[in-house]
This record gives sequence, structure tokens and C-alpha cells, in this order.
Amino acid sequence: MTWNWDKLSEYLQFPFVQYAIITGVLIAFCASLLGVTLVLKRFSFIGDGLSHVAFGVAAIAAAMNLSNNFFLVLPVTIICAILLLRTGQNAKIKGDAAIAMISVSTLAIGYLIMNVFSKSANISGDICATLFGSTSILTLTRAEVWLCAVLSALVILVFLIFYHKIFSVTFDEDFSTATGVKAKTYNLILAVIIAVIIVLAMNLVGALLISALVIFPALSAMRVFKNFKAVTICSVIISVVCAALGIIISIVAGTPVGSTIVVVDIAGFVIFSAAGFITRRF
Amino acid sequence: MPQLSCQNLTIGYEGKVVVSGLSFDVNAGDYLCIVGENGSGKSTLIRTILKLKAPMSGKIFTESTGSTGNTGSIGSGLMPNEIGYLPQQTVVQKDFPASVREVVRSGCLNRCGLRPFYNKAEKRIAEENMEKLGISSLAKRCYRELSGGQQQRTLLARALCATRKLLLLDEPAAGLDPKVTAELYTLIGDLNNDGTTIIIISHDICASVKYASHILHIGNRSVLFFGTKEEYLKSETGRIYANMSGGKS
Ligand SMILES: Nc1ncnc2c1ncn2[C@@H]1O[C@H](COP(=O)(O)OP(=O)(O)OP(=O)(O)O)[C@@H](O)[C@H]1O
Ligand SMILES: [Mg+2]
Repeated sequence: MTWNWDKLSEYLQFPFVQYAIITGVLIAFCASLLGVTLVLKRFSFIGDGLSHVAFGVAAIAAAMNLSNNFFLVLPVTIICAILLLRTGQNAKIKGDAAIAMISVSTLAIGYLIMNVFSKSANISGDICATLFGSTSILTLTRAEVWLCAVLSALVILVFLIFYHKIFSVTFDEDFSTATGVKAKTYNLILAVIIAVIIVLAMNLVGALLISALVIFPALSAMRVFKNFKAVTICSVIISVVCAALGIIISIVAGTPVGSTIVVVDIAGFVIFSAAGFITRRF
Repeated sequence: MPQLSCQNLTIGYEGKVVVSGLSFDVNAGDYLCIVGENGSGKSTLIRTILKLKAPMSGKIFTESTGSTGNTGSIGSGLMPNEIGYLPQQTVVQKDFPASVREVVRSGCLNRCGLRPFYNKAEKRIAEENMEKLGISSLAKRCYRELSGGQQQRTLLARALCATRKLLLLDEPAAGLDPKVTAELYTLIGDLNNDGTTIIIISHDICASVKYASHILHIGNRSVLFFGTKEEYLKSETGRIYANMSGGKS
């Protein structure tokens, strides 16, 4: 253990490690904020579908040799989020089918494009990185850290401003609409926030694992706490702690960042489930 | 000028007409009781008035604004943020983490506008309404873990927080014990005396007869009666219905 501590403190001197931890924590913070809403509105699928969209667009960007794909991925994902939410609101055709369709298509098209057009020598490596999170979190530049920080701050600010509205729209959309709360507008805001979070989180854990980052902290918190405020605060804390732990473990043990964070989140879920079980019993 | 006026309204779902030829006025301060069999379209009517669904044809006018047609919000004379609503059923997801206080306070949201947090007055209104409905002691409990009647009272407290002019209640007494039911009707009566317009769906003919000023009786696909309570009790429909339901005629 002492050896690891030495190694760790040595690593923590490096700016790229500091950047990784700062952005990781910020992204985890944002991702957990909307977890409750996503779980309860049955939007978890949207999160999943959107991450596939983001993957597809990232693949296209890679094929086009864009150095910074961010400005292509973000707007496209936001547009898809809005479209998916629209279909989800029409009770006639449940959103699930539409989401499945969009997510599978973008996944397939993305993979195809990467294979056909990519000039990279290591295609499967690239794809693996996009799906499961690359080491890119460790190679962030100062500018990218700033971009992440600014976007995270925006997400947190919007969430704080609309906190009560998000609660009401999630709890009972009909009542909100009937009493003059503009539920449609807030759903739109939610969709945009979700899209931003997903694009951010893709840097951290990769397209396939985003849902875990969003949902696990909320589910863990819901095992123990019974009101919205406590659940929100608790899931933020869980998420941040797990992300920081995950990054540190992955650096020390040399494991992939994304999956390590998710495994720590799963461990958190197990612990909170046990805690919830015990508090309910005694 | 009536606060709310429906003219030749036809309501239904996806081309299937539930009730047609609905024409009635509600003036400020009225207490309108909507009665009718299960499935006659009472809840559908309320949802249509609230713009939660579009009418199939016909118009809904609100005070001073004129028609709002099939789209648009309730007009400026009666803003949606002056309406309180108690739905018949709320589809709340299982294990939604919400305390009673959080749910009741969310009724005040339409007063906030763009302000992100509740102010002192709104928090006080929420506490008062919880007090009125006897759920203050439950304030910290999880909404999902309450009994049906306790949940109903929570939603009612929320509706009271939301209203200033018009209160629409869809079977508020469902699942409440007799004592609370009686208190509830008294409470609604008091609100009405203070000037709030009440539109209520109820199967409780005794309470309707005692408190209502107007009755709308919806039958199979058409309106059987609309008028004041006194006229209703003299009419054929009213006598039959009141006797059948054991109300005094
Ligand atoms: N979402 C829906 N889609 C299609 N038809 C519906 C829907 N909801 C209700 N209906 C139909 O519309 C009719 C009126 O329903 P509504 O809920 O308005 O009745 P109600 O008068 O409120 O009855 P109750 O006293 O049982 O509450 C019923 O025949 C019902 O089958
Ligand atoms: Mg009904």
C-alpha cells in the first residue's frame, strides 16, 4: 500500500492527472444531477440511445479527420434529444421503438463509416476507445478542461434555476400543465441538458457506459433516501466520490478509466442497497 | 360575462365521441357539480377544459378573452396559473422519492414565474394547506408510502396551493373516510364562499345537493341536464338520480 501511495502522490503532481480528476469530478457531478429524473421519467433509454447517436457522430467526425469533434457531436446530439423527446410524448407510439431504431442505426452507420473511411491504422482500437472511454481523459489539454468546466457549470446552473420545475414536471406533468407551468418548455430544457451531459460523459466513460454514470448514483441514493432533495444531493456526492476513486484506482492500477469508474459505481450501489435494506429492517 | 363558457362542445378520444352538445356557462363564484355514470365523460370534460386535450369540436371561451379554439392557453381573463386541479388518478412512478411537503409546495410553482425558489409566503401557504387537511404530521414522509386517502389529501393540499380563482376537482372524496369527506366538503364550501369558483365531479349526491349552485348531469353521449340545483331537483332526471342515490329530494 505504501508503494501505491508514493506512486499516487507522485502521479498527482502531473498536470494531466490533475486535469483528469477535475474534469472527471465535474462530469460526474453533472451526470448524477439528472439521474433521478431520467430514471423516473423512463428516460433512461433516451440516455442510452443518445449515447449511440453521439458515438455515430463521433465516428463521422473521426472519418472526416476533425481534430475537435466536439462542435459537431454536441449540436447533433441536442437535436436528436429533442426529436426523441417529441416522439416520447406522443402516447400513441411509445418512444422506445423510435429510440431503439435511432440508436441502432447510428451505431451501425458510425461503425461502417469508421471502417470505410478512417485512415487510422488502428480502427478497432479507435472504436473501442469511443465505446468504452479512451485514455483521452488523461490527455486532455488545458482548453478542453476549460470547455468541460464551463459546460458543467452551465448544466449545474440551469439545474439549480429550474430545480423545482423539474421536480414538478417529473412528478406530475398533467398537474403542471393544467396549473400553468410550461411543462413542454421544461421537457425541452431537460432534453438539451441530457444531451450536453451525454456528450461530456462520453469523454469520461465512453458511449456504452454513460447510462451507468447517470443512473447508478440516483438508484443508489433512492435506496436510502425518500425525498427528492436528499436523493439529488446524495447522488451527487456518490457520483463525485466514485468518479474520483475510479480515476485514482485506474491510474494506480493501470486499468481503463471508464470501466473502473462504473465498477466503483456498482460497488456504491451494492453498499447503498445493503444500507437501505438494513435501515428498513431495523 | 361568464368566467368559463363551453359552446356546443364535443369531446372524445381519437375520433370516438364521448359526449357531444355540451353547452354551459360558469360564472365567477359558482359551484358547479358534474354528475353522471362511470365512463360518461366527466373526467374527459375536465381535462378538455384544462387544455390537457383538445376538444373534437366546439369552443371554450374564458372571461374577457373570447375563443381559445382548439389550441392556445386559457385566456388572459383566467390565467392557467390561477387554476387548481385535483386529478382523479395520478400516475406517479413507483418509488418516486418525494416528501409530502415537496409535493404540496409544488402547487405553488405557478406563482413563482421565473423565480427559482419558493418565497416565504408560498412556503406559508403550503404549510397552511397541509394544516387544513391534517397532514402536517406527514410532511416529511415519502408520498409513495402513504395510504390512498393520505395521498389524496396531499394532492388536494397541492391543488389548494395552486388556486386563486378556479378549482377543478375530480372526485376529491374518493378514498377518504367519512369524517374527512365531510370536512373536505365544508372546506370546499368555505373556499366557494370566499369567491373561488368550484367545478367538482362527485358521486356523492347528498353533498352535491347541499353545496352546489349548479348541476351538470352527463348521460350517455349527451347532456341530460344543466341548470341550477333548484331546477335540477324539480326535473325528471334530477328526481330519479337523487332518489336512486339516496339523496333527499
Ligand atoms: N385515454 C383514453 N383513450 C381512449 N378512450 C378513453 C381514454 N380515457 C377514457 N376513455 C373513454 O372515454 C369515456 C369517458 O371516460 P371518463 O374517464 O371521462 O369517464 P368518467 O365520467 O370520468 O368516469 P368515472 O366516473 O369512472 O371517473 C370512457 O368510455 C372511456 O372508456
Ligand atoms: Mg372520471
